[in-house]
Amino acid sequence: MAEQSSAARPVSEVGTGGAGLWFSRFTHQNARFIFPAPAIIAVAVIIVYPVIYTGWMSLQEWFASSLTLPKFIGVANYEKILTGDPRFREAFFRTIWFTLVAVSIETALGVGMALLFNREFWGRGLVRTLSILPMMATPTAISLVFVMMYHPTLGVMNYLVSLLGLSPFKWTYSSASALYAIALVDVWEWTPLITLIALAGLAALPKEPYESAKIDGATPFQCFYLITLPLLRPTLVVAILFRAIDALKTFDIIFVMTQGGPSNASETINILLFNQAFSYFNMGYASSMAVALFAIVMGASLILMKVRRVGW
Amino acid sequence: MVSPKTKKLLMKAAFYAAVIVVMLPTVFVFYWMVTLSLKPQVDATAYPPSFFWFSVTFKGYVDVFAKNPFLLYTWNSLVVATGCTLLALIIGLPCAYSIAHWRQSGLALVVLAARIIPGISYLIPWYILFRNLKMVDTYLALILTHLVVGLPIVIWVMIGFFEDIPPELREAAMIDGCNDYGAFLRVAVPLVKPGVVATGILSFIFSWNNFLFSVILAGRNTRTLPIAVFNMIGYEEINWGPLAAAATLITLPVVILTLVIQRHIVAGLTFGAVKG
Repeated sequence: MAEQSSAARPVSEVGTGGAGLWFSRFTHQNARFIFPAPAIIAVAVIIVYPVIYTGWMSLQEWFASSLTLPKFIGVANYEKILTGDPRFREAFFRTIWFTLVAVSIETALGVGMALLFNREFWGRGLVRTLSILPMMATPTAISLVFVMMYHPTLGVMNYLVSLLGLSPFKWTYSSASALYAIALVDVWEWTPLITLIALAGLAALPKEPYESAKIDGATPFQCFYLITLPLLRPTLVVAILFRAIDALKTFDIIFVMTQGGPSNASETINILLFNQAFSYFNMGYASSMAVALFAIVMGASLILMKVRRVGW
Repeated sequence: MVSPKTKKLLMKAAFYAAVIVVMLPTVFVFYWMVTLSLKPQVDATAYPPSFFWFSVTFKGYVDVFAKNPFLLYTWNSLVVATGCTLLALIIGLPCAYSIAHWRQSGLALVVLAARIIPGISYLIPWYILFRNLKMVDTYLALILTHLVVGLPIVIWVMIGFFEDIPPELREAAMIDGCNDYGAFLRVAVPLVKPGVVATGILSFIFSWNNFLFSVILAGRNTRTLPIAVFNMIGYEEINWGPLAAAATLITLPVVILTLVIQRHIVAGLTFGAVKG
């Protein structure tokens, strides 16, 4: 029987040829799974596995510097975060406050600049190009420049402030102003993103409402408040969403400029947890903070996505 | 009374004045970075600061290369960013094509999640894993971890490009005897070449700029530029020339690459949610 069936097959299907044909048929029929397969494997290894591992590690007590093995302690790390660690609580409110301050200034300035640029004028292309550079420039390098500009006695910022008739600040060198000085760097970097997104939104707005409003005698301010802003809202929510997600996670500029100091004044959750993990090697506790930070970012995203659907 | 013509001219002048005022901070920081790098120590720390008139010196740049293995750091950054970008393109392009073509939106969401999850939550497991495998301070560890930044950008931005290809073109290729792989390689990829260049450059820049992953996983041999510059801050506190020179040198390639693909930056930063 076996002899017969093999004789009935075309020559090419015998031996390796058969496997080859089976293989080509298989790859042809399953192209939709084979195309994304390498990316799925990569995502599983470098994203999904670490996330699950972090979740598991957050239930352990383990110092990577010691020789003892991780010890399962259930949700004790989370209890500590929620009730027993004033430093985390301060870092939490600082993170939220930093995000609120930075993103609201960026939104106000960004929309204002978009309204200014929303016309044909000579040099529009140049303005656009210049706006992109702060977002792409290496944050470490930019932080370094601000470290020099913020220097209390030799920096240019205090000279500029004195030109405005104000008394000098200590910027990142004082615990009273460090967080705001860092927020200013974030504003410098990311206001253009809001501007460019808002410009794209403004370009897509319909003309008719403005024409009828003009006939009804609406002032420019009324036009902005009653037509532009509501129509622009979905676009703005997207912009704010991206900014909020990244501002909550801000790391580079804080770490380079102050490393959380002076006296923890700029220690956000990200900085606190980085130091817990890589200065104290307290991996279990740091992992639970990482999960908490993820929950905060997710929560903010969900709130903003909800705002997009319902009214103001 | 001002004539309507004068009034229009005044309005125009006021408009341009406003544009210059709002753009001034953006320009000034870059201007200050470059001028500080060219100033001798006396001028760099002069008070009041010298904005335009100072003697030009290249001592800062000479010092950067003389006192640090800056060429090694540049090479490290180049290797890691190029490796990350090539890998992201090789595995990201077929995936983006597949998501666009077979509407695999669930997969797209998983990739989007990578954008939301804080980078630091990957870093703890990676650190433990790479330490156990003795892979800390290797290019491979850096390239693989930078993929977390590069791959989602490639996939999300390329989905948009692949969706813009008319389906008839693929059908025509199939009738001419191409299978899915031929249609992808010979028809789809050549059509989205501008997108491949743009996303490749975006991925390169994000890897080049990465600080968080490299600060932990790069060591003496693989230290990338952002980490090298960060380490310079401590002992070069007041010696600003080399610091500013290093900052300028890191930023320069990014600025050039950004100018090449500026039309695609906003799409890249918003994961295709906004077409700039």
